[in-house]
Amino acid sequence: MRNNSVIGWLLAAPLSLVLLVFLVAPVAMIVVVSFWGATEWSIYPAFQFDNYEFLLTSNVTFRVFFNTLKYAAITWVFTLLIGVTVAYYLAFHIRSQTWQVALFLLCTIPFLTSNIIRMISWIPFLGRNGIANSTLISMGVIDEPLEWLLFSDFSVILAFVHLYTLFMIVPIFNTMMRIDKSLMEAAADAGATGWQTLWHVVIPLSKPGIMIGTIFVVALVMGDFITVRFMSGSQSANVGRMIQNDIALLQYPSASATAVILLVTVLLMIGTLLRFVDIRKEL
Amino acid sequence: MTTISKVRYSRRSLLKTGGAAVAAAALPAPMVWGQETKNITLRQFGTGVSNLNEVAEKVKEDLGFTLEMTALDSDSVTQRAATQPDSFDIADIEYWICKKVWPTGNLQAMDTSKIANYDKIVGTFRSGKLTPDSVIAQGTAPHTVGFTTGVDGTEFVQEESGWMTLIPTIYNADTLGIRPDLIGRPIDNWSELLNPEFKGKASILDISSIGIMDMAMVVESMGEYTYPDKGNMTREEIDMTLGIFTEAKKNGQFRAFWKSFDESVNLMASGEVVIQSMWSPAITAVRSQGIPCVYQPLEEGYRSWGGGLGLSASLSGMELEAAYEYINWYLSGWVGGFLMRQGYYSAVPETSKNFMSEDEWGFWFEGKPAQGDITNPFGQVMEKAGAVRDGGSFYDRMGAVACWNAVMDENQYMVRKWNEFIAA
Repeated sequence: MRNNSVIGWLLAAPLSLVLLVFLVAPVAMIVVVSFWGATEWSIYPAFQFDNYEFLLTSNVTFRVFFNTLKYAAITWVFTLLIGVTVAYYLAFHIRSQTWQVALFLLCTIPFLTSNIIRMISWIPFLGRNGIANSTLISMGVIDEPLEWLLFSDFSVILAFVHLYTLFMIVPIFNTMMRIDKSLMEAAADAGATGWQTLWHVVIPLSKPGIMIGTIFVVALVMGDFITVRFMSGSQSANVGRMIQNDIALLQYPSASATAVILLVTVLLMIGTLLRFVDIRKEL
Repeated sequence: MTTISKVRYSRRSLLKTGGAAVAAAALPAPMVWGQETKNITLRQFGTGVSNLNEVAEKVKEDLGFTLEMTALDSDSVTQRAATQPDSFDIADIEYWICKKVWPTGNLQAMDTSKIANYDKIVGTFRSGKLTPDSVIAQGTAPHTVGFTTGVDGTEFVQEESGWMTLIPTIYNADTLGIRPDLIGRPIDNWSELLNPEFKGKASILDISSIGIMDMAMVVESMGEYTYPDKGNMTREEIDMTLGIFTEAKKNGQFRAFWKSFDESVNLMASGEVVIQSMWSPAITAVRSQGIPCVYQPLEEGYRSWGGGLGLSASLSGMELEAAYEYINWYLSGWVGGFLMRQGYYSAVPETSKNFMSEDEWGFWFEGKPAQGDITNPFGQVMEKAGAVRDGGSFYDRMGAVACWNAVMDENQYMVRKWNEFIAA
């Protein structure tokens, strides 16, 4: 009995240590520093609520958090729609496994390039004199170049969707592949239409994949700063940019405080999501 | 130590005769020194402006030691100078950064008696006056943070004390860049940046300490307000300035903000923007793509900046001697000529003259029409015969400086307000 518990502890030790050193300690450090004070070029240990007070009383913070959530929500809707469609097509319409694997790999090819490159390539495409505008003008659809194509919320979300859809496709495809095909047949035998099968059989069984994809996309969008900076032409802000600005100006405590609030927000969101689906059970 | 400095002296004088290598082989002592310097590595970091590999290569060739360059943006430069004093030997920073970083004690002052060309350094960096009757511009004028009390002095002094914080290297006068082909009429004032005519086609840089100065130039030019000191605004002045720009932003005046040099080039070259704050080499980069772009001189004058080399406080012994040697070499003309051919100015223009052709000197420094093709240091043709530099001669341009890049007493407040402006 005693021996067993020692072995148990030993087996758990490596992972616990790794988590302690690389996860718990850094987060604890950020929380501690978030109460420190800063001058223009240095930070000093203290226990004060100035950083939080400034953050929580500034309406800029709320606007920026709202903006961040807005990006996350819209991006989520689009990546989910595209992700489910693509995964469904791959899992149920492509019959041969070879083709499934081949097409799935095809989806990942763009992701072999740097995501900065993928993002920046949109800029000349969407620009005032870019390919999109000049094509539309030559087709006679518009007379004046569309200004909102670039350096707008549209371009930010477009880039997000482009960058992160794969994170939705992979887990959904994975769960859909595990669905027993006989369930689909049973649904058809019971007289369900294609939509009814999709809604009552496929989607509920794909929930764990959808949840995992959601967590990926939400966490990535909430933590991003570079996409928003480039695609909005620095004209919009999200929480990541706020943190980046603080760090650039040596305001580490204020950056830490923002990071803590962001962390809490994201954890709350993921906690709520996990209440809907017990991922561990479903996997 | 003493032997080394003696040897160093002999090598220095030999270098002047140009026979260092021969002599080093003939005399045992300098050979030791030569061997030692070869092993010296000086780590320099700074903004991309002057951190050029060509300089490092030339240092290796002329002085024998290795110069490692790291290029960063100005925020990161400040951060590194302030927080990681042991990560560099030489800091290539701007004067306003110096004002922020000097009090940390991470840099040591330089003894001007060891700087051979000290007396030839342009007046702007010594007395503050370019010519005896110049008016000193607002903001962090270089001479106000250029001197300190002693090698580890932490206070700035206003007279030439013999201890310099930074040895000035390059500087320039900045203004707005425009696309004359897309604007089609003369632009003479800073206020044009907010002219509704350019709605959705204007840009300003998203570096708070510089952007706020450009904004102040615009606000003054619009006749909204005259600042007692643009370089040191009160909270009310900051609110008012950013208020005007926030309103313009909400009205869609700006296409984008830029933070790095290449972004400003792309915005201008692609025609997304027709008027914006810009830096001189960005103008040349646009022009070298065959796209017309003018560094427009404006009635209200220029916003100027200057950079210099500072020595890490931890430099000592042979490395310190090598650093002095490097700085003396820097001011001796080759680098100056190299940088002036990119449109900057050298702190000691007269030594740079020896490294430029008469036509180059006439074009870049004297504002004369080019006689033949003007090429940049990399051999690319920048201007054809007959072209005249935007803004004219050195004295026309540097004599019309209205303010220097600055760091304000209310800097932290300004930065917070700036973030609100970006988020607005």
